[in-house]
Amino acid sequence: MPFALLKFGLNDDYPYEREPDIPAPRDLKSHYDVVIIGGGGHGVATAYYLAKYHGVTNVAILEKAYLGGGNTARNTAVIRSNYLTPEGVKFYSASVKRYEQLSNEFDFNIMYSQRGQLTLAHTDATVRAFRQRAEVNKHFGGRTELIDRQAIAELVPTLNLDPADLPVLAGLWHRDGATARHDAVAWGYAKGATQRGVELHQLTEVTDILKEGNKVTGVVTNRGRIQCNSVVQAVAGHSALLARKAGFELPLVAYPLQAMVTQPVKPFLNPLVSSSALHCYVQQTSRGEIVIGGGSDPYPLYSSRSSLELKESLIAHAIEMFPFMSEMRLLRQWAGITDMTTDYSPIMGLSPVENYYIDAGWGTWGFKATPICGWTMAELVASGGRVPELIQPFALERFSHFRQVNEMGATAASH
Amino acid sequence: MKRMQCPLNGLRNISEFVYGGQVTTMPNPATCTDKQWAHYVFYEDNDIGVMREWWLHAPSGYWFIAERHNASDEIVRTYDASECFSSRVDFSASETAS
Repeated sequence: MPFALLKFGLNDDYPYEREPDIPAPRDLKSHYDVVIIGGGGHGVATAYYLAKYHGVTNVAILEKAYLGGGNTARNTAVIRSNYLTPEGVKFYSASVKRYEQLSNEFDFNIMYSQRGQLTLAHTDATVRAFRQRAEVNKHFGGRTELIDRQAIAELVPTLNLDPADLPVLAGLWHRDGATARHDAVAWGYAKGATQRGVELHQLTEVTDILKEGNKVTGVVTNRGRIQCNSVVQAVAGHSALLARKAGFELPLVAYPLQAMVTQPVKPFLNPLVSSSALHCYVQQTSRGEIVIGGGSDPYPLYSSRSSLELKESLIAHAIEMFPFMSEMRLLRQWAGITDMTTDYSPIMGLSPVENYYIDAGWGTWGFKATPICGWTMAELVASGGRVPELIQPFALERFSHFRQVNEMGATAASH
Repeated sequence: MKRMQCPLNGLRNISEFVYGGQVTTMPNPATCTDKQWAHYVFYEDNDIGVMREWWLHAPSGYWFIAERHNASDEIVRTYDASECFSSRVDFSASETAS
């Protein structure tokens, strides 16, 4: 061994980072200011912004499995803001802006890659809907435009413009569309939060919610009881089940969402391409794998099993778009449980229980909202329940007053 | 492929069926409050266990009820809706608008 290398290895300065990124678990304290249930992207982001911008550091994140192991790891990592409603576009645009800065904010690379997202229209009705989405988007500061077949062919030369009986008529080109490494987003937030004093407790499952009258006072876990001033629940697929423990209902239905990746190949596809008529979206990761995703399962289920039927239909449609992909092999496939609302918008803010805040109804659109969810939920908790303007339209009460925020035009299959 | 017992057509592939939501009790639209109606429209029983659900056999246009476990996906029993519903609900709007 060269002497210089040996000297370097024995040096006091090596290794440079003596502190682990995420400290080892400690015992649970008996009291926290804030308990966050769910150690996925949304939960750790909320803790991060609470600690960094509001000085609230006596926070525990309770995760029943491991950090970012639920839907944070199961989504297809699409970041975009080309939604349909002004409420949705404003909200998701704010999220995209935070994503653009996130690697700098963390000093940790989340591999954010803004390649643009292309959605294909196969019918006149879709073209009309796209025109509306483009205008709403431009109005609220997004970069979205309607493009013709020729422009599509130039953007994605490998795309089959005439799949079966559904010729492509036009495309919605969203320059802000991007992807990032989803695990890194959770790790970045968790590192930033725990370095500021937040405790992340994995393998810690909340089994009951403690209340005094209508006010939350603590939680019961498999590792003992904890008292707290307020609780945030951010548990994606199991939101409605947890809310029942807190004593209220959520208008959610749990559907599995399946996705898969192929073996890695040379880069051929830069933008993220999706087609709502074919119920399929395709993108190539920076590792070269092709991610294929689509609509949810046809009926509700609290299980992340995969089914052959959905794989069959997804692959059939992916091959319609990119016929040469029929030569490729699948590497992995998986499913996540999504908590779907009837209007395809989230449920955020206050709950019927005092000091108990909800971040639910994230269905198939949760990953792209991670930074803005953390930001607004932190503001909500730190202010003691003053709901930020950006999330006011997503209140739970909207389902009692028929004031839904209809994101139907931009959901499941179209991202 | 998973199969389901249709009370009218026998054992058929699951792809022939369409899920139609849980069987819930409808409040009287003439007398209930808006909030009760909203609850009926948007909320379902969120628990893990055997659920009573509406299913449609699409090729024959036949609606029936299935009892299915919503985590194991086991179909316990399927039967005709007449086992639960015996009278017709009249939805004709009252003629107050002029």
